[in-house]
Amino acid sequence: MSEKLVEQLYELIRSASTELPPDIEQALREAGRQEPAGGMAANTFGAILDNVGMARQAVTPICQDTGYLIFYVYHPVGIDTLAFRRSIDAAAEKATKAILLRPNAVDPITGKNTGTNVGTNAPYVTFKAWERDEIRVKLMLKGGGSENVGAQYKLPDTALGAGRDLKGIRRCVLDAVYKAQGQGCAPGIIGVGVGGDRATSYLLSKEQFFRHLGSANEDPQLDAFEKELHADLNQLGIGPMGFGGKTTVLGVFVAKQHRHPATFYVAVSYMCWACRRKEMTLTNGEAAYDQA
Amino acid sequence: MTKLEIPIPEDKIRELKVGDTVLLTGIVVTARDAGHKLMVEERPRFLDDRLRGGVIYHCGPVVKKDGERWSFVAAGPTTSSREEPYQAKVIESYGVRGVIGKGGMGEATQEACRKFGAVYFHAVGGCGTAIARAVREVVAVHKLEEFGTPEAFWVIRVEDFPVIVTIDAHGNSVHERVREASKKVYEELLKK
Repeated sequence: MSEKLVEQLYELIRSASTELPPDIEQALREAGRQEPAGGMAANTFGAILDNVGMARQAVTPICQDTGYLIFYVYHPVGIDTLAFRRSIDAAAEKATKAILLRPNAVDPITGKNTGTNVGTNAPYVTFKAWERDEIRVKLMLKGGGSENVGAQYKLPDTALGAGRDLKGIRRCVLDAVYKAQGQGCAPGIIGVGVGGDRATSYLLSKEQFFRHLGSANEDPQLDAFEKELHADLNQLGIGPMGFGGKTTVLGVFVAKQHRHPATFYVAVSYMCWACRRKEMTLTNGEAAYDQA
Repeated sequence: MTKLEIPIPEDKIRELKVGDTVLLTGIVVTARDAGHKLMVEERPRFLDDRLRGGVIYHCGPVVKKDGERWSFVAAGPTTSSREEPYQAKVIESYGVRGVIGKGGMGEATQEACRKFGAVYFHAVGGCGTAIARAVREVVAVHKLEEFGTPEAFWVIRVEDFPVIVTIDAHGNSVHERVREASKKVYEELLKK
């Protein structure tokens, strides 16, 4: 475990917790402009943007639910991933002590909070080797309220009238967002994972939250599908916090992976408006942080 | 905009309508899942004075301790629907006049608000830093060791805490209205 790496990871956590990514802030600003001035929706966007500014300036958490810590580490072959993992744990503990994170790791049986955000599978870390020389660390802080409104569907779903095709997938997403109402801190960002098994469909859906708003899907068919879904979902009128309004979602991201012939899962994950994510690239041990 | 002092008399609560913006000042008690379960199952007495005419806040704050003094650093609302199985009973047995949270609550709470004279105040979810500034003092904390920081009962003094009435004491709910309206659109979209 290297002290320098712990510092670099601590800085990654600090900025993720206190600074909303520019693309998200911009989308919230535009959504606020579309609402009638002085109404509940416009005032809510105003309060959200005020809070984002205050948190950045005061270097305090945007939201008190600083979430699950989800790390993806892309690395050249041969790095010591065990030591890297220990550095992540140390950085999470340090950030919790510095009041940048709320202690969010609770033993489900004893009810005991570890107080450090470190526990079994917490933080959640995935290592992926790649062919490049640098290390890239992606961090997402995923709130519990929005996690609770995620849903997984097994197609065909007779009650929903959803078959194993894009039309069926569309029904799943409409259903999940309608049922979520304002509970996940709308307007949310919707991640959809199609295919895989129970576990990987959810993982894929959540990995989509690393995508930036407005970025195109590299699959043209899914890109068109995302745009169509985005427009449909905003017709629901759920609006910020579920008060009613023109913007129910800020974006929809859909990804696919191969499935077993017998299964067809659609996982829909919900990210709150406070979509906190940050990337760091380590080149020869020196860190560079993304601006978006 | 209405300014209200806590404890809030019943007639003041009954004057409120959905959509009203309110600034709350006075003592508020945070309570989440473990707290509501305890209040219903064991009916402890240590909160009676704070909750008679008082306000519960669904919140698990980020807190800071300087010497013996606690303060709130980030303190937005948590999802209220998790307390739906308990809230009506808590409103009745403690004489609570207001519940602050996010996402709204169900029929049992709505009915308790109507029957016993209480309202549901919606705070803006995610606004942790801004709301913490309205928290002027941490007066006491209960069950901190047992429940942990997010779940403990934090007794706080707030000043001009901004909230919106989304369930009033007359059986009206913004959440019900938006759910019904969105349901119609949802059903239309499914036909496409």
